[in-house]
Amino acid sequence: MTETVSEQKPAVISVSIDGKSVEVPEDVTILDAARKAGVYVPTLCHHPALAPYGGCRMCIVQVEGMRGFPTSCSTPVTSKMAVKTNTPELQELRRNIFELVLSEHPWQCTSCVKNMRCELQQVATYIGLDKVSLPSVGKDLPVLTDSPFFDRDYKLCILCGRCVRMCQEVRGAAAIAFTYRGGDSLVGTAFGQTLQDADCQFCGACVDACPTGALMDRAAKPVRSVDRRVITTCPYCGVGCQLLLSVKDGRIVYSEAAAGMAPNNGQLCVKGKYGIPEFVHHPERLTRPLIRKDGKLVESSWDEALSLVAARLSQYKGDQFGFVTSAKCTNEENYVAQKFARVVMGTNNVDHCARLCHASTVAGLAQSFGSGAMTNSISEIGDASCVVVIGSNTTEAHPVIGLEVKRAVRRGAKLIVINPLEIALCRSADLWLRHKPGSDVALVMGMARAILEQGLADMDFVAQRCENFEAFKESLADFDLDTVEKVSGVSKEHIVEAARMYAANGPASILYTMGITQSSHGTDNVLAIANLAMMTGNVGKPSSGVNPLRGQNNVQGACDMGALPNVYSGYQSVADPAIAAKFETAWGGKMSTKPGLTMTEMVGAIDRGEIKALYIMGENPVVADADATHVAKALEKLEFFVAQDIFLTETSRLAHVVLPAASFAEKDGTFTNTERRVQRVRKAVEPPGEARTDWSIVCSVASRMGASGFDFLTAEEIMNEIGELTPSYGGISYNRLESGGLQWPCPMKEHPGTPILHRTAFTRGKGKFFPLKYRPPMEAPDKDYPLVLTTGRSLFHYHTGTMTRKVAGLNQIEPGGTVEIHPADAEALGIANGEMVKVKSRRGEVRTKAKVTEAAAPGLVFMTFHFAESSANVLTNAALDPVCKIPEFKVSAVKIEKA
Amino acid sequence: MRFTDIQKKATAEWQAWTGSGKPRILIGTATCGKAAGADAVVAAIKDELSRRNIEASVTGVGCIGLCYAEPIVDIQKPGGSRVSYGNVTAKIAPQLIEDCLIKNDARADLALGYLGDRPVNGIPKFFDTSVLKPQVRLVLRNCGFIDPENLNHYIANGGYSGLAKALSLKPDEIIAEMKKSGLRGRGGAGFPTWQKWDFCRKAPGDQKYIICNADEGDPGAFMNRSLLEGDPHSVLEGMVIGAYVMGASKGYIYCRAEYPLALERLALAIKQMRESGFLGDNIMGSDFSFDLIVKEGAGAFVCGEETALMQSIEGKRGMPRPRPPFPAVSGLWGKPTNINNVESWANAALILQKGGEWYARYGSATSKGTKTFSLVGKVERTGLIEVPFGIKLREVIYDVGGGILNGKNFKAVQTGGPSGGCLPATFLDQPVDYESLTAAGSIMGSGGMIVMDEDTCMVDLARYFLNFTQAESCGKCVPCRVGTRQMLAILERITRGKGKPEDIDQMQRLANTIKNGSLCGLGQTAPNPVLTTLRYFRNEYEAHVNEKRCPALACKELIQFYILPDKCQGCMICARNCPVDAIRGGKRLVHVIDQPKCVKCGTCLDVCPEKFAAVVKVSGEKVEVPPEPIPVKAGK
Repeated sequence: MTETVSEQKPAVISVSIDGKSVEVPEDVTILDAARKAGVYVPTLCHHPALAPYGGCRMCIVQVEGMRGFPTSCSTPVTSKMAVKTNTPELQELRRNIFELVLSEHPWQCTSCVKNMRCELQQVATYIGLDKVSLPSVGKDLPVLTDSPFFDRDYKLCILCGRCVRMCQEVRGAAAIAFTYRGGDSLVGTAFGQTLQDADCQFCGACVDACPTGALMDRAAKPVRSVDRRVITTCPYCGVGCQLLLSVKDGRIVYSEAAAGMAPNNGQLCVKGKYGIPEFVHHPERLTRPLIRKDGKLVESSWDEALSLVAARLSQYKGDQFGFVTSAKCTNEENYVAQKFARVVMGTNNVDHCARLCHASTVAGLAQSFGSGAMTNSISEIGDASCVVVIGSNTTEAHPVIGLEVKRAVRRGAKLIVINPLEIALCRSADLWLRHKPGSDVALVMGMARAILEQGLADMDFVAQRCENFEAFKESLADFDLDTVEKVSGVSKEHIVEAARMYAANGPASILYTMGITQSSHGTDNVLAIANLAMMTGNVGKPSSGVNPLRGQNNVQGACDMGALPNVYSGYQSVADPAIAAKFETAWGGKMSTKPGLTMTEMVGAIDRGEIKALYIMGENPVVADADATHVAKALEKLEFFVAQDIFLTETSRLAHVVLPAASFAEKDGTFTNTERRVQRVRKAVEPPGEARTDWSIVCSVASRMGASGFDFLTAEEIMNEIGELTPSYGGISYNRLESGGLQWPCPMKEHPGTPILHRTAFTRGKGKFFPLKYRPPMEAPDKDYPLVLTTGRSLFHYHTGTMTRKVAGLNQIEPGGTVEIHPADAEALGIANGEMVKVKSRRGEVRTKAKVTEAAAPGLVFMTFHFAESSANVLTNAALDPVCKIPEFKVSAVKIEKA
Repeated sequence: MRFTDIQKKATAEWQAWTGSGKPRILIGTATCGKAAGADAVVAAIKDELSRRNIEASVTGVGCIGLCYAEPIVDIQKPGGSRVSYGNVTAKIAPQLIEDCLIKNDARADLALGYLGDRPVNGIPKFFDTSVLKPQVRLVLRNCGFIDPENLNHYIANGGYSGLAKALSLKPDEIIAEMKKSGLRGRGGAGFPTWQKWDFCRKAPGDQKYIICNADEGDPGAFMNRSLLEGDPHSVLEGMVIGAYVMGASKGYIYCRAEYPLALERLALAIKQMRESGFLGDNIMGSDFSFDLIVKEGAGAFVCGEETALMQSIEGKRGMPRPRPPFPAVSGLWGKPTNINNVESWANAALILQKGGEWYARYGSATSKGTKTFSLVGKVERTGLIEVPFGIKLREVIYDVGGGILNGKNFKAVQTGGPSGGCLPATFLDQPVDYESLTAAGSIMGSGGMIVMDEDTCMVDLARYFLNFTQAESCGKCVPCRVGTRQMLAILERITRGKGKPEDIDQMQRLANTIKNGSLCGLGQTAPNPVLTTLRYFRNEYEAHVNEKRCPALACKELIQFYILPDKCQGCMICARNCPVDAIRGGKRLVHVIDQPKCVKCGTCLDVCPEKFAAVVKVSGEKVEVPPEPIPVKAGK
């Protein structure tokens, strides 16, 4: 249904399995062919995501003209191959081998937690083994319970190695391995250390891969059967992993990866695997509306709350109102929210947290390419010949995309990491450029200059597909390598090496995130990257491109839906009278052609009293925004503030009315992931108490305010309206999404979706080069604030922690925040590892623990922004990019003192 | 420098060494020599020479093969033949120097033989002695004769002329030469080497690798070690030739870390090759470039298996992987790879030096050339030997090996290490070649040959090998990991007298499962020691199981020691020597062994004076003894 990346297809050949002829591609195994022929061959160590192993020997077959008993999982088919899977000789050998398996495994099926779910039992049924005549040689081992999420009972382990191989081949973590040998062989960590010490990422892929009860989620152990299984989309990051939620008695009991579905192909990170049920069913979920009475939030009825909101909002129509929608909510909800702002409130003051992450991407790539999204798909990254990871800690922030980067490296691709911090991917990198924070434009332009000077530019592509190259070329004059070396701190040799590596190893893919965008010159950073990709012809081809990895689960979709002050859904400009007319016709009423305020600008407008009423749906700017103290103070000035959330957050605590919303697991809808893939969100359980979906709450408010066009009965109806008014979503319908996501642009019902943008022409026609100048970060370290603070994410928590900090296991692994500081700086300040310190900036101060690590560079400290009690954003600088108004989260001057 | 000039220089150095006016002393300082005390002998000789102001050249050389006679010292006086002396200790070395070099006494009593054209009185010609006469030393031609650390010694004896010739030929022509030679893989499987090279040569790929498998791990095998210690360049020359044929740019030598001397010699030899243009860029002035890396093994037997070995080089746990794809197509790091045994590579160099036809003159119809063996066990003369294929086992054991130790009876010979089998006396007149050994249920293997005498219990022997393979199984595939463990449990039970009648059938079934079901050669051959002993010595199994009797009187739990009352003289020697005080008695009292207390160490049997011969070792027999010590009968 989507176009395939590889252009060459293997030849189809015919093989015979037990006399059945079957046509298969020549690069498959006998096992694949048997399965295609509908012949069951038992397997234990085989796993579709893993390389053939040949350890369990269950899948042995006989092949005409081949001696012995080859394993079908590992033997490639050849033309006219004649295979037998169940001769008496084979069955006897198989039975004897299986008896050996059982002699190493306890025979206690009925009391085993995996009873009826165990693959060993399935094979036993096929083989028909009724007794084991060999004595037991099993091992008496204690159950290991050091993981917060799963138990390891190696008594039940059959050493198929699926867990070990998953951890090594797919996850690249290698936390577990085989230990000892022969009959003493065991799966374990190095020297028997705990999983956490062994650098386990707790992704649970090993658990999902285990055929027996050896590895089991603790939550799944008591659940012998479930009522229902629901495939839905993970609510954490922008990868959009497909989850399989198991539901019993109205509760999600555990979560797994949905097998064989893009984009995650059976993989998850710790949050998707273990961070779901606890927050969904958390006792602190909001269950009834709250109204501030005498300064206190007290429970109320929906009727009272809705009437109050409708009445109050009616008093603030026009530009004195602002709507902050949510990148965590569905497309349908964002669509309804921006429609509400524009139709009911008559303002374009609608925005959401994309302003804080990829506003510069949207602005920059729209100028260069005409479309501000990932040019290529996640699954293509692994096939690239070179991957550049700049300003992205991919394995922490987008773990499942990190797997693709590791896949590329395993396949022999060159990996260039550009990051001031020593991130985990540096270990796999061919080249790591540790540049100074904020020097990206200089570094990337320096690379561009080196590429040009070395004659490695794709001048045909430049000539045929792009424009404005000469102006760009002239601007390179400022970026001689001596200057770039001085500005970026990266040696000339490394700049040239990186340039050569990127230009000479096509297709090359660039991945970037907040290290690029969250800067006072974020748009320039993005333009610089676009220049680099265009000049090497790395746009519009498989496994190439410029790939901004979006942060939130639906930040792409929220932008697509027009939850932005300057565009309607599908990036249709509000300033364009023709488009305004189109929406006026569709929605009724008069549309403002004046672009609204961005979220960061809204804070200022509130502070100045220009915006008096605010509606926030599912966002937490008091922790998420730069200079957070200032944000909180501004919110307190509002005349009317309504917040809608699943928990009472640091932000909703300040509201006049708080409306309880349904979580992702309690509603239908769609999220659009970072690769523009529109995917279904499916209701698995009922919302707690009286909580309602965000879209239905907004619709109720609109209706009470007398508006029409908000009488949707289902999320699907909203999507149908989106499709009608949004060209890039024109061909998307729930029906089509049933079997998997669709990547926009998808303008028509028959359109297969677009995995790769700009294939024959750029969205804007020609790709446009931009001449650039280097501008330093707004706040340089000085004698008062001598250190540079940069912020980021951790694998184990998400954003402001609203969801992940409700999960006991995640808190156990990472209980709180730290400030990472280089040993040299720590020593100079007399600070020991683990010591409490004060981190101060011109905007505020927080207390947190020092983590002394060489991952931080001298002069550079790092904090995550997940922890409200030591909120990094109290310290960060709200200096804005002039074009897209993104704050400079990534560079703030701070000082550290002993607490 | 041109190769002919290199050769000239080397020959001059060689002649200066062999034909100097000074006495030459050569000492076997390979691992076998060192283990026997060669270092102390070297020191003693050097001391003696300096004490007496004798100017002589003293050179450590590789193993000449007569390990039983180590330390071996060869002395050659100017103009005379070289005489080889065995069992030279540091104590007798000074005397030997004095006798030979000062008193002109050739010490025929210590001599093993003379080497050279001039006979030495009372001393046999070295290569005519029965231990050497049946041998043909092709691969081992330089071992014991050259200084293994001197590249010029190797070159002066034809070294690197094979490479020089190879570089003047096309790869196809070299493959044709290899085909003519009939060389088959010396690692044990006997696959035609030319074909293996050809597969890799023809495999598509820019990057190819070759590997030398020097992970010699069979118990009792040391052929490869001796060759690497005694003549490292012969192996390396073969590798460069192979790399040229197959278009490999990089080669690995995977050598056991337990072979420190071999590793040291390899490192030195590689350095010498680089300095002399036999390795690196533009080898010997040609367009061909190639480099070698030595990778030390970490002590896993399974890493001798080619796919596990490659995993190990890649830094992974050494575990075999299924084939296909074969290494020739997808080997090290997924690239076409050729892997050969140490001896195969050395043979390749020789074939290029002397020609394929010349090589094919040696050996039998289907197995060409020679094979090195480490001959160990219950023979008079253990050592490193090289014999032409087709030689009979009897010649190897009785002529080369000098027959069974202490005049006992031959029982079996084990070839091929833990993967091989035990052949009884009926096979003594079978030729040693790939086909005959396979037909007999054993394998050629890499060259371990263990001789067993009548005191060896075949069930216990099978248990020993199974214990080895089950411990060395990598644990990956079920039949090998669990099957060998189950089989070992049965064998342990049988040797402890706890065998059940169904055990033999159960073992047969397990053996078939392991053999047919295992992933790699280790597992597939692991049951061979059991299968061959079951085939040729089934009666011993039956005696253990059915009669709880060990016919070889070896299985401790099935034997008893008794003191015969009519022979015991009450001398108390046995009681005094018993380590566990299990013997009661007194002066002139017939001694009695407390059976439950006895640990079956056999000390009493060993110490009982031969003239009394009062202690007997029995299995399954009841011997009448008094319950308590009684007075020795009068009149004795």
